[in-house]
Amino acid sequence: MIRLTVNGRNVELDIDPQTPLLWALRDSLHLRGTKYACGIGLCGSCTVHVDGQAVRACMTPLAALSGKAVTTIEGLSPDNNDPLQQAWRALDVPQCGYCQPGMIMAAAALLREKPSPSDADIDDAMTNICRCGTYQRVRAAIHAAAASGGDKPRD
Amino acid sequence: MTEPVKLTRREFLIRSTTVGGGLLLGFHLPLTGPLAADSEPPSAQPQAVEVNAWIVIQPDNGVLIRVARSEMGQGIFTALPMLIAEELGCDWEKVQAEYAAAGDNLRRDNVYMTMATGGSRSVRGSQEYLRTAGAAARELLISAAAQRWGVDAAECRAENSQVIHPPSERKLSYGELAAAAARLPAPEMVFLKDPDEWTLIGKPVKRLDVPDKVAGRPVFGADVEVPGMLHAAIRACPVFGGRLKQFDAAAIDKRPGVEHVVALEDAVAVVADSWWHAQQALEALPVEWDAAGNGKLDDAHIRAVLEDGLTSKDTVIGAERGDVAALLRAPSRRIEATYYAPYLAHATMEPMTCTAHVSDDRVEVWAPTQNAEATLKAAARAANVDARKVEVHNTQLGGGFGRRGAFQDSVEQAVRIAKQIGRPVKLFWTREEDMQHDFYRPASMARLTAVIDSDGRLAGLRTRVSAPSILAPLRPGAVRGGLDPLALQGFSDQPYAVPNLLAEYTLRELPVPVGFWRSVNHSQNTFFRECFLDEIARESGQDPVKFRSGLLTDAPRQLAVLKTAAAGAGWGRPLPERHYRGIALETSYGSHCAQVAEIRLNEDGSFKLLRVVCAIDPGYVVNPDTVEAQVESAITYGLTAALFGEITLKDGRVAQGNFHDYPMLLLKDMPAIETHVVASGGFWGGIGEPPLPPIAPAVCNALYAASGQPIHALPLNARGLRLS
Repeated sequence: MIRLTVNGRNVELDIDPQTPLLWALRDSLHLRGTKYACGIGLCGSCTVHVDGQAVRACMTPLAALSGKAVTTIEGLSPDNNDPLQQAWRALDVPQCGYCQPGMIMAAAALLREKPSPSDADIDDAMTNICRCGTYQRVRAAIHAAAASGGDKPRD
Repeated sequence: MTEPVKLTRREFLIRSTTVGGGLLLGFHLPLTGPLAADSEPPSAQPQAVEVNAWIVIQPDNGVLIRVARSEMGQGIFTALPMLIAEELGCDWEKVQAEYAAAGDNLRRDNVYMTMATGGSRSVRGSQEYLRTAGAAARELLISAAAQRWGVDAAECRAENSQVIHPPSERKLSYGELAAAAARLPAPEMVFLKDPDEWTLIGKPVKRLDVPDKVAGRPVFGADVEVPGMLHAAIRACPVFGGRLKQFDAAAIDKRPGVEHVVALEDAVAVVADSWWHAQQALEALPVEWDAAGNGKLDDAHIRAVLEDGLTSKDTVIGAERGDVAALLRAPSRRIEATYYAPYLAHATMEPMTCTAHVSDDRVEVWAPTQNAEATLKAAARAANVDARKVEVHNTQLGGGFGRRGAFQDSVEQAVRIAKQIGRPVKLFWTREEDMQHDFYRPASMARLTAVIDSDGRLAGLRTRVSAPSILAPLRPGAVRGGLDPLALQGFSDQPYAVPNLLAEYTLRELPVPVGFWRSVNHSQNTFFRECFLDEIARESGQDPVKFRSGLLTDAPRQLAVLKTAAAGAGWGRPLPERHYRGIALETSYGSHCAQVAEIRLNEDGSFKLLRVVCAIDPGYVVNPDTVEAQVESAITYGLTAALFGEITLKDGRVAQGNFHDYPMLLLKDMPAIETHVVASGGFWGGIGEPPLPPIAPAVCNALYAASGQPIHALPLNARGLRLS
């Protein structure tokens, strides 16, 4: 039995502790905003926060999460109005949308660390893969969110 | 309003005469059917009313617009409703979109025309009947209001979800009129607005699907959950054309959660209570395959087969004008080069997935599909039932790019598994399965020969393409005498005024499955042609823009985008040290597009992509912001392929498996993309694919300008040309 919090709620998971967090979220907790796309930690579609840090849930076994606080796209903001989500809407960033929860979660972790990131900071932090080519707008939206509400507390 | 449309025929595209410079169309909208509003059970409560198959009006004035094509990121879930709403005259703020159902389309005698989503055809292929459907519904609402008021319909007008009678200043909302409108016979004639009357088309509109997509709410194929559902992981024979020989189910049947091991002809699936359990067990399952003679296929063999096609006699002519052969017999200055482009995987972010439930009298499928009708047929075929017993539920697509339309392999697998186990099952491929069982962009070779006259002009161009055919296995009837009509895209339809032209194609069969990859054969043919043009320009001492301009004498729209891109990029103006530019042009899928790439070549030979200036003319524009987004999208997709994309074969199997060995362009690699939309109007061009073909040659031509070494093969990464 692993005990942790997910989006602020206490959760007990009685499954194999080697199960990656990604599949516990998707199939045990029915939180499907976090996506599978590579399974080897390269693409970032499964990015969530563990104690405020961006992690790739496909490579994070439940065993490592006892007592930790996990935040997914569903828990980023109670009303889906995180400055990043606002900026994402204002700039119509998503196309197919599949990688976007991971993108937004990676960006949220970046802004927590660096409220006004430079282009180089964004280059370093945003290693998520998007096949639709939303990168240019992702960069613009991170700058816009930083300018509008980068100081708003997250998680 | 000067485009009267007469409603007399089902195929409403019979242009018969013009009135006042506008367009008269004959058609009959199949507005009603078994599911029409008046056949629904009566209810005391106000309810949503289907005015026609595309439009449902709610009592609160909300408008639900049905979309028959698939949203895979390209924005048609917003653009297609805009086309209807423009003519319907409804309040855009109250518009919602939903997918039309393939089962309804079948029951209602193909009321949604086609659901196939590809070839950049969604807007240009359906704009006329969607606008007509909106106009027809508007006329019914006006008639209903006029009848209620006892006035002449001609005195009424519709706007902002209301019908207004100006003489009496009376108004009725669409919500109040919908039920009466739905009972009226379809109008015999409708008028479509002139483009200068549009108030919605051409305006930047926020995408309807974005709020859900930033909240993690959309249900993609992989997110489907059906009561009682199990999860399947699958492994297909790694060798193309191979078969499942045997496996040892006993080795895994005690593993947690495992419920079934299902044998298909060329694959084996493990079904469990979670996908993780299924996949873990599958990885431990001992399997033997029969490679069916293809176990030695490798890249050297593939290249030898393609190379043979460059000189073999079994070639066919796809386009010819003048007399290239005579030109080549005479002494002349000629330039020749041989090009190669590799197989490419689609690598949609969401790997293939499908959920299926097969019961005695019904097949239900949930799938991210580019063609719900093809999904329905594939499910019927796999379950061996009549198509009318199949229901398809469209989900959101985690990318398409041509992978999820004509090829419904994962749908057939899911249905076969579901049929065997008798329970709903969600099949989800791993990334590795997805990359190794794609329908790849064909590997291709081309030899181009140019004849230059004494004034330095391009007098003749001969092209020989040697490649597998996408259509031959898929639609054999479309390939006549060995000529795949798509194989010479970019050569048989190229925009330049070359007096002598010969384009030949040699079909080469190989066991690797091939398919439609964003922009199809333009994705490699435009690279061949536009790089070769730069080679000719350089060899004959001409500027690449001036050289192309001189050949665009019959192509004013192409010339306009060429000049716009060149001007936007400052072509001809000095660049900082080690900066270089390259240009390329293509007309594809109805639109014209030119791009200039600017790079910086570093001392160590690596390079950085700095900037891409794109000019595109799609004729009319529906949602300008979506056009820009698709330019950014196609350039990113094309850059990824040009830099890194290469599927290779070894021992009959694909050597790549995931993003470590089939890498993707990342945010840090992106050039700044500047888009100039040169919407010249008068035609409807596509937008999902046309910005893709020019990017590879634009970058290669910049590298050629930098090094003086022409680039004859992709990807660049494999030629030592790496990003810094």
